[in-house]
Amino acid sequence: MPMQPAERSNASRPAAGGDSAGLNIFGSMSPIAPEKFGFDQARHLLWRAGFGGTSRQIQTLASWGPQRAVDYLLNYDQVSFEPVASDRFDKDIMRPATAEERRSAADARRKGDEDTLARLQMERQRRERLDRGQVAEMQKWWLKRMIETPRPLEERMTLFWHGHFATSYRTIENSYHMYLQNQLFRSNATGNFANLLFGIIRDPAMIAYLDNNDSRKGRANENLAREIMELFSLGIGNYTEQDIKEGARALTGYTFEDDAFSFQKNNHDEGSKKILGRTGSFDGDDFVRIILEQPACSRLIARKLYHTFVRELPPLERAEDNSLNPSVRSAIRDLAQTLLNAKYELKPLLRRLFLSEHFYSPAFLNEQIKSPVQLVVGAVRSLETPVRDLSILNDALDLMGQNLFYPPSVKGWDGGRSWINTSTLYVRQNIMAFLLTGKRPVGYDPSAETDRYDPMPLLADLVDTDADAARDPSRVADYLLKLTLGRAPAHTREPLLDFLRKHDNQLGPDHLRGLLLIITAMPEYQLC
Amino acid sequence: MNHDANFYSRRLFLRHGLVLSSAAASIPAFLSGSAEAMVQRMLAAGTTSIPGVPDDHILVVVQLGGGNDGLNTVVPFVMDDYYKARPGIGIQARDALRLSGADGVGLHPALRSLKDMYDNGMLAIAQGVGYPNPNRSHFKSMDIWQTADLAGTGDGWIGRYIDSECCGYGKGESGKPDSTPNASTNSMPGIAIGRTAPLAMTGRSAKPVSFETADLFRWSGEDIHDSLRDPYHAMNRRGESEGVASESNAAFLLRTALDAQVSSETIRAAVRQQPLVTYPGAAVARDLSMVARMIRAGLKTRVYYVNHGGFDTHAGQGGPQGRHAQLLTQWADSIKAFYEDLKKQGNDSRVLTMSFSEFGRRVRQNASQGTDHGTAAPMFLFGPMVKPGLIGDHPSLTDLDQGDLKYKIDFRSIYAGILESWFKADSKPVLEGTFRPTPILRQA
Repeated sequence: MPMQPAERSNASRPAAGGDSAGLNIFGSMSPIAPEKFGFDQARHLLWRAGFGGTSRQIQTLASWGPQRAVDYLLNYDQVSFEPVASDRFDKDIMRPATAEERRSAADARRKGDEDTLARLQMERQRRERLDRGQVAEMQKWWLKRMIETPRPLEERMTLFWHGHFATSYRTIENSYHMYLQNQLFRSNATGNFANLLFGIIRDPAMIAYLDNNDSRKGRANENLAREIMELFSLGIGNYTEQDIKEGARALTGYTFEDDAFSFQKNNHDEGSKKILGRTGSFDGDDFVRIILEQPACSRLIARKLYHTFVRELPPLERAEDNSLNPSVRSAIRDLAQTLLNAKYELKPLLRRLFLSEHFYSPAFLNEQIKSPVQLVVGAVRSLETPVRDLSILNDALDLMGQNLFYPPSVKGWDGGRSWINTSTLYVRQNIMAFLLTGKRPVGYDPSAETDRYDPMPLLADLVDTDADAARDPSRVADYLLKLTLGRAPAHTREPLLDFLRKHDNQLGPDHLRGLLLIITAMPEYQLC
Repeated sequence: MNHDANFYSRRLFLRHGLVLSSAAASIPAFLSGSAEAMVQRMLAAGTTSIPGVPDDHILVVVQLGGGNDGLNTVVPFVMDDYYKARPGIGIQARDALRLSGADGVGLHPALRSLKDMYDNGMLAIAQGVGYPNPNRSHFKSMDIWQTADLAGTGDGWIGRYIDSECCGYGKGESGKPDSTPNASTNSMPGIAIGRTAPLAMTGRSAKPVSFETADLFRWSGEDIHDSLRDPYHAMNRRGESEGVASESNAAFLLRTALDAQVSSETIRAAVRQQPLVTYPGAAVARDLSMVARMIRAGLKTRVYYVNHGGFDTHAGQGGPQGRHAQLLTQWADSIKAFYEDLKKQGNDSRVLTMSFSEFGRRVRQNASQGTDHGTAAPMFLFGPMVKPGLIGDHPSLTDLDQGDLKYKIDFRSIYAGILESWFKADSKPVLEGTFRPTPILRQA
C-alpha cells in the first residue's frame, strides 16, 4: 500500500492535532506539560517502561519532570550495571557430534552393535537432561537480572523482543542458542529494528525453530519467510502467498553450524524472485530490505509497542486499523511515522510515546493487566521484598503462563486478559504471599525465618513528611494503596481499616505485612 | 503444628491480648448482603455447563506419561518375533491374561482389573494407534497428541472443542475481538489434576482450572492469620464495584476473582466428601478419587484430565513383575475403583475414560533390559457405554519401520469418535480435518 502524502505531511506536526472531536479523547501525542507530571504519572511511567518502583524512585522521577525522567530510563547505556549473576553458560552441552563420533555411531548401526547404540543413546539423553537443567538456570539468571537491573527498560524491551520473535526451547532443545538469541535482543533492545530483523535471519535459535536449516534450493521451507511476514514485520493482508514462496527461496542456504550463522551457497537458490513487486536474484538480506521498505512494517511494530506499553489492542488480524478508536489510531500512526522517519531507530518512537499526553491519559492509568513477569519482578522492586527462592518464582511464572524461553507458540504470549483465569489468579495471589512472608501453599519456605520482610521502610516517605501520619491507620492505608494500586478508593480502604481495628489499630511490621497481604490479593493489584 | 505461629507471629497478637474472632463469626458490614447472596446463589447453582453439550456426558483423560510399552501391555503372545525381540522382558504366553474374542493377544498379568472390566463389557482397546511420521521426542510427541496437529503446534484439541462449543470458533479463527470468552463468569468446563494445565485442554479462550490438590486451589494467605480472611473475602467476592466500567480490565478481574472464590469453594466442598469405595494407594488413584467426588458433587465440568507418569522404562523395566508391572497395576486398579465409585453414585454411564501415551516403545528390548522410544501403541476406552472388545488388529511384528511398529489407527479417528458420538459435536472444525470417527459406543 503506498504511503499517503497526507500522512507524510502530518508527520512533522502531531498527527493527532485534531480536526474531529473524538480524535484526542485520550490526549494527543504532543509532550505532556511538566506541571502535569506528578506522582501518578511518574508511577505510571515506571510501571509501564520498567517494573514499577519504590515510593522514593517515583518521587525522584516526578521531581525531575518528564523530559529528564524519560531520558533517564531511555538512555540506560549511561547507567552502569555490573550484573551480579554470572552468565557464563556452557556452550558445548548440545554441540554437534564430531566426525569421529558420527563415524563410530554409523559403525555401530551397521554392525547392529546394540550395546554401543544403547550407550550413545544414554549419552544423548544425559546431555539433553543437562541442557534442560541449563535452560532452567538461564531462566533464573534472567529473572534475577530483571529484579536487580538499574536499567529496567533494557530488560522490558528484551522481553518484548522475546515475545515478538518468539522462539521456544521446547522445540530447539539448545539452551546456548536461546542464550545467544537473548543477547541479540538485549544488545538491540532499543536500537534499530532493522538490525533485529537482519539479526533474526542469522540467529541459530530462530533458524532451528522455524526449520530454515532444512530449507534448500528446490525444496524451500516456507516457515521462516511466512512468520517473518505475518508476525515479525508486515502482518496478514500485506503480502501474498506467492511472496512467501519467493521469500522462502531467498532464505534458502541461511543456516548455522554449531553456534554460528552459516550461508551455504550450494543450498541457496540463486534464481530470480519476485517479492512484494520487486524482481531480482534476491537473498535473505534482500528479502529483509524489501520488507523494511513497506509502510506496513513500521505500522506493525508501532502497533505492537503501543499494545505493550499503552493499552491492549485486539490482534491485527481481528481488528483492522480503522476499527480502532480514532485517538488510538492516530497515536499509532504517529508512532509509525516516527519510526519511519528515524529509519527504524526505536528510541525516537519510545521517547515520543513516553513523553506524550496520550501515554498519560487517565483512561490508561492502572488499567493494564500485569504480565506474570511484571507482577513478580515489580513486587520485589517496588515493595523491596526478599527474593527468597528464584526456582519458586520461576515455577510460579510457568504456572501463571509466562515460562521464559518457552513461549507457547511463534505468536508469543497473547498477554492482557489471557493471563487471567481462576487458576492463575490464585497463583498470582499466592506468589505475593510467598514474597511477603515465605508462605507456601503448604507450610513455609525456610526463608520465612531467615529472611523476614521488613515493610517499615516503605513508610519512610510518609514519616519524613509527617511523623503523625505514620501512626494514623487511615493515612497509612491510603499511602500504601496509592503506592501499590495507584489509587485509594474507599472500598479498598475499608477492609484494611477493619483489619487494623481488629488489632487495636497497631501499625507494627506484622500489621503492615497483613495490610500488604490483603492489598496484593485484591483483584486490582493485578493492574498497573 | 505448622510454622504459622513462628512466622506471622501469632504470639505477638496473643501477647497483646487480642481475642481473635473466628472467620465465620460475622460477615463484615462492608461485605454487602447482596454480594454474599450472589456467592451463595452461585454456589447453589454449581458451575456453568457448556451450552450444546449433552449435559450428562463427561470425559476423563488418564494420560500415561513417558511412553507406555504397548507390546508388554497388550501382549501378542502368539508371535514368535515378540519373544525373539524381547528375550529378557517378554511376557510368556502362560502369564498373559486371555481376553475372550481376542485371538492371539492377552493382557499383562498386572492388569487383572482391566481384564475384569473387559469381561464386564466396560473396556475397548484400540490397537496400533499412532500417526504418520512419528516423533520420538517425549515433548514433541505429547504435543502432537495433545494438539491433534502433526506439527504439535497450536491450541489443545479439548481446548478447541470447548472453544467451539462455548465460543463458536475453532483453531486459529477469530473470536470476539477482545478475546474475552463469552462464558466469562464461573465457567469451569475443564479441570486438570496436576501442577500445570495440559496443553490438550488449553484453547484460545478455554483455560482449564488446574490444581494438584483442591487445597492448593485457594488463597494461601488465609493460613497466615485468621484476621486476614474477612478482608480477603470482602475484596474478592465483590463481583463488581461501584464506578468500575463493566468492560474494563478491573471489572474483568473482579468477575474472575468471584469465579475463583466460587469454584474453589465448590471444588473443596466436593472433595471433602468421603469416597464411596476404597481406592488403592497410588497417586493416580488419589487423583481419580478426587474426580469421582467432583462428579458426585454435581459439578458441571465436562472434561477431567489426570496424568499417570513414569512409563519411560529405558532400563530395568521388568517382565511380569517389576517397574512397568507396578505402573500398570496402579493404573488398572485405580480405574476399576473409579468405576466402582461411579457406579455406587449412579454416574458410571455418564463417564467415558480414555487412556493414551505419547508413544509406545521399540519392538526390540535394549541392552539395559528396557525399551527405547517407539511408535504406535494401544489406546484404552473405559465405561459401561463403550462398545467393548478390540478395535483393529495388532500391528505386525515383521513389517516394521526401522524396528518400529507401523500404526493402524490414526489417534485423531478415536478423538473424532469421542467428539461425534460422546459429545455430539462436529469433529471437523475441532480436528481441522476429516477423520472417520471410530465407532466407540454401544449401539443405542
